[in-house]
Amino acid sequence: MTAILELLSGVCLLLGGVLCITGGVGLLRMPDFFSRVHAAGVTETLAAPLLLIGLLLQMELSLDSVKVVMILILVLSTNPTATHALTRATLHGGQQPLVFDDDESTGGEGTSKP
Amino acid sequence: MLIAAIVAILVTMFLALIRTFLGPTEYDRMLAANSFGTKTVLLIALGGYALSWNSYLDVALLYALLNFVGTIAVMRFFEYRSVTDERDGPESTP
Repeated sequence: MTAILELLSGVCLLLGGVLCITGGVGLLRMPDFFSRVHAAGVTETLAAPLLLIGLLLQMELSLDSVKVVMILILVLSTNPTATHALTRATLHGGQQPLVFDDDESTGGEGTSKP
Repeated sequence: MLIAAIVAILVTMFLALIRTFLGPTEYDRMLAANSFGTKTVLLIALGGYALSWNSYLDVALLYALLNFVGTIAVMRFFEYRSVTDERDGPESTP
């Protein structure tokens, strides 16, 4: 039983770490703010629960497990909300998504024009 | 595996920090700062367990709350300022 839990925890931690790095690379290399939001927000929402579940499977059952579950629920509910507010504020601030169009060049590989 | 996850979180924090310093607009910086804050929560939770600290999960819980409230506050400030800019003139956004 303990070996199975260890294996499951290792898989969760490894998957979460890979997703974490994927989000970081996407945050750094995507050409546009909205694609960066996609890369960072989506992977963050999946990577944080995976890492916390991996931690939860390693520790023995106590009050700390309840706290980990509380952090999990908090991150899972506040992270998409923060991303949504960020994107909405950006759209209201006048930023346009980068669209590659032949008629009107919007700066090629630069960022979107306000 | 715990050490590998912690190293992955640290690498991600470094990449987010680069985007924070490099970001062309303030929204990029705020997105990277929000990502950095979430990764800090995970780092406190995993690193505290690996180093067997005492009450690290309370710190992580509080940091998650503070990160969310801070992001919402800064976004509200951005949105409010841009609305007043639109009322003054359409081409006055910096």
